[in-house]
Amino acid sequence: MADFDQELDASGLNCPLPILRAKKTLSSMDTGQVLHIIATDPGSVKDFEAFSKQTGNELMESKEEGGKFHFLIKKA
Amino acid sequence: MEEKKLAIIATKGSLDWAYPPFILSSTAAALGYETEIFFTFYGLQLLRKKLALEVTPLGNPGMPMPMGMDKWFPVMLTALPGMQAMMTAMMKKKMADKGVASLEELRELCQEAEVRLIACQMTVDLFDMNTSEFIDGIEYAGAARFFEFAGQSDICLYI
Repeated sequence: MADFDQELDASGLNCPLPILRAKKTLSSMDTGQVLHIIATDPGSVKDFEAFSKQTGNELMESKEEGGKFHFLIKKA
Repeated sequence: MEEKKLAIIATKGSLDWAYPPFILSSTAAALGYETEIFFTFYGLQLLRKKLALEVTPLGNPGMPMPMGMDKWFPVMLTALPGMQAMMTAMMKKKMADKGVASLEELRELCQEAEVRLIACQMTVDLFDMNTSEFIDGIEYAGAARFFEFAGQSDICLYI
């Protein structure tokens, strides 16, 4: 997994909390910085794709590892 | 990209039906939508400082119940005293176990994200509701006020 500037552990949280927490964290970050999100909600895979498309924050990576979902999002 | 707009009318005052308006609005706000919810009739219960919402198994054939009760438990018995309180407690526990946000939390997130909450003034008068029991930061208005925003919205939902 590439480098990141901040990490958000949204494990155990269900829809729509991972997205809401990610949005909140991103708003405190600078343009170009990367946020690493960890989630256990299977719905978050499609949700982060949709979030990225609609907000313009690039989804650099999305993968499953050890039963958790990992996302890297670059703030636009 | 011009900001999209979401307008919701929330009409229901039960625990289960309180979720869609707050989930959709908070998410829409996170996606950059300008969002308003107009609360009318039983939906006004969602604006109380202290939420006391319940879910009822009565006349609700789609509600999953423990031990497959929804399959064999006689419908009439769901009207027994205590059933509603029991199902409410079970639903709340299940939600907490599954990491589903509480309504209070979602509502707060909506307010933080500047989702506008509008209470129907007519309903307040109709049911003699005490507005001091409602949360701060809400607006009291009528149908015309709803259309002012809904008329320009991209998505308009009646829940």
